[in-house]
Amino acid sequence: MHEPETLGDVLAKRGVSRRGFLKYCATLASLMALPPSVAAQMADKLTRATRQSVIYLSFQECTGCLESLSRTHSPTLEGLLFDLISLDYQETLLAAAGHAAEEARANAMRANSGKFVLMVDGAIPLKDGGVYSTIAGRTNIEILKEAVPHAAAVIAVGTCSSFGGLPHANPNPTGAVSVGTLMEKGLIERKPLINVSGCPPIPVVISGVVAHFLTLGTLPELDGYGRPKVFFGDTIHDRCYRRPFYDQGKFAKTFDDEGARNGWCLYELGCKGPTTYNACATAKWNGGVSFPIESGHGCLGCSEPDFWDAGSFYAPLPAPRAPLSAAAGAAIAVGVAAGAAVGLAGLYKRKKAQQAHTKLTVDDLETEKKP
Amino acid sequence: MTGVELLNWARGPGLQIALVVFIVGVAIRFIEMWLLGKSPDFAEARGSAAAGGWRTLFTRSLPMPGALKRAPLVFLGGYVFHIGFFITFLFYAPHILFLRAVTGFSWPALPAYLIDVIGLVSIAALVAVLVHRLTDPVRRFLSRTGDYVAWAATFLPLLTGYFAYHRLVTDYTTMLALHVLSFELLLVLIPLTKLMHTFTFAVSRWYNGAIAGRKGVKV
Repeated sequence: MHEPETLGDVLAKRGVSRRGFLKYCATLASLMALPPSVAAQMADKLTRATRQSVIYLSFQECTGCLESLSRTHSPTLEGLLFDLISLDYQETLLAAAGHAAEEARANAMRANSGKFVLMVDGAIPLKDGGVYSTIAGRTNIEILKEAVPHAAAVIAVGTCSSFGGLPHANPNPTGAVSVGTLMEKGLIERKPLINVSGCPPIPVVISGVVAHFLTLGTLPELDGYGRPKVFFGDTIHDRCYRRPFYDQGKFAKTFDDEGARNGWCLYELGCKGPTTYNACATAKWNGGVSFPIESGHGCLGCSEPDFWDAGSFYAPLPAPRAPLSAAAGAAIAVGVAAGAAVGLAGLYKRKKAQQAHTKLTVDDLETEKKP
Repeated sequence: MTGVELLNWARGPGLQIALVVFIVGVAIRFIEMWLLGKSPDFAEARGSAAAGGWRTLFTRSLPMPGALKRAPLVFLGGYVFHIGFFITFLFYAPHILFLRAVTGFSWPALPAYLIDVIGLVSIAALVAVLVHRLTDPVRRFLSRTGDYVAWAATFLPLLTGYFAYHRLVTDYTTMLALHVLSFELLLVLIPLTKLMHTFTFAVSRWYNGAIAGRKGVKV
């Protein structure tokens, strides 16, 4: 029988040296805040590891996450790591179509039941029975209900599957929810879940999480939002190279003023870095070339829940989410009317008291004395 | 509710509710005072009421002679936290951005490091005046719930702001949300408690001087 191919075989075929692979593992280990000694173990284990079955389900999404994952890393080592994964079902990448594609999913689920990693991309609509997103005539929630019980772990890729993302944004016409919400509500079985948020998420974060699962057999430590702490432990702001300008009070006022050209802080232009937990400022994008702030645009806060509903991307963080003038105007009108009513009631009370007042005469005092 | 949801609520509906309560409350109290007015004074004026009013508005904001010796803690603590509170509120860059978004006006900010120190000093001053209020038998006897509520409403924005700036206690987003909410609580409580003195201090200081001024007396 044909022996299952290991990553070592794949690396050998591609001509990647052990030294090169060790360097990659050391980078990965340091990114994940693991001790340097883990790098060798990681390399050893990964080299011997067989292909991990992965089923990648796409729901209400834009394929941006997959673009991020697939395009940016080929032909880098992260790309090779993905060769370790047996991506058994991914609609966009799958050669098969129609019934054949659905069959591939069913086969992979059956063959690797209890062992495969389920990657979910996109939010899941619940309104009107979930009819707003269907694949092969079945709703997203139906597919998920079927797949989750057989999965070893679930990785929610991107903000939509982690927190609902754009489909979940107000007014959420399709009743879109995240994978985590479905588990909380008991609509799908509870399984170990990692939220790798971001719109899209950083590719190395995905490969890091997968490598962690493959080598250590456990999920990395998660934050309050179910995100791996190693990548989502700090805010963009705290790790931003423009942070010293914030502390000095040096802000760009427009996107093309002197401050912007000097690389000053983009806080006043709406940067959401202070409230955004992600690794953009350290891991960066496009093979470490830069990240949005380095390119001169503020952080949108895309790895945070409800970032679409947090007000304008270009309004500074302290600005109210919605204009206050209408509420303030109404309040002034109500306040003046209510103040006048209270004041007039007071005046009326005083007048009544004055009317009720009777003058005391000497005779009154005399009569009081007599008895 | 997550930190993000809390922050979104605080920056949206929470702020609107707080602002409406604040404006309606302050308007009611001012218009009521103004409508009730004061009894007509038929005596011939011996001096200018307005001049006296403006004078005391200024002079009564200055330290009273002997106050430092008589009650040093109240004197120093009071001045330090009032001035510190207003510097942190009005001259921290993010606060100016908030005020610019609400009022349209803006002005230069002080460096964050300086605001940090001033904030901490103000917190210390507020703690000191509270300890004094609790340990001094007379002050404790005179204190009512409203006094402690007013203290807490003033203290919380400073404390949560300090925590948020230093990433203490919880994540920044949640602490920022609590900071905004504590400010909203302060807004709501201003017309409902003795914190109304934020505005009425000027009225009462002017009024005292105006009465005396009309009688030709300098106070």
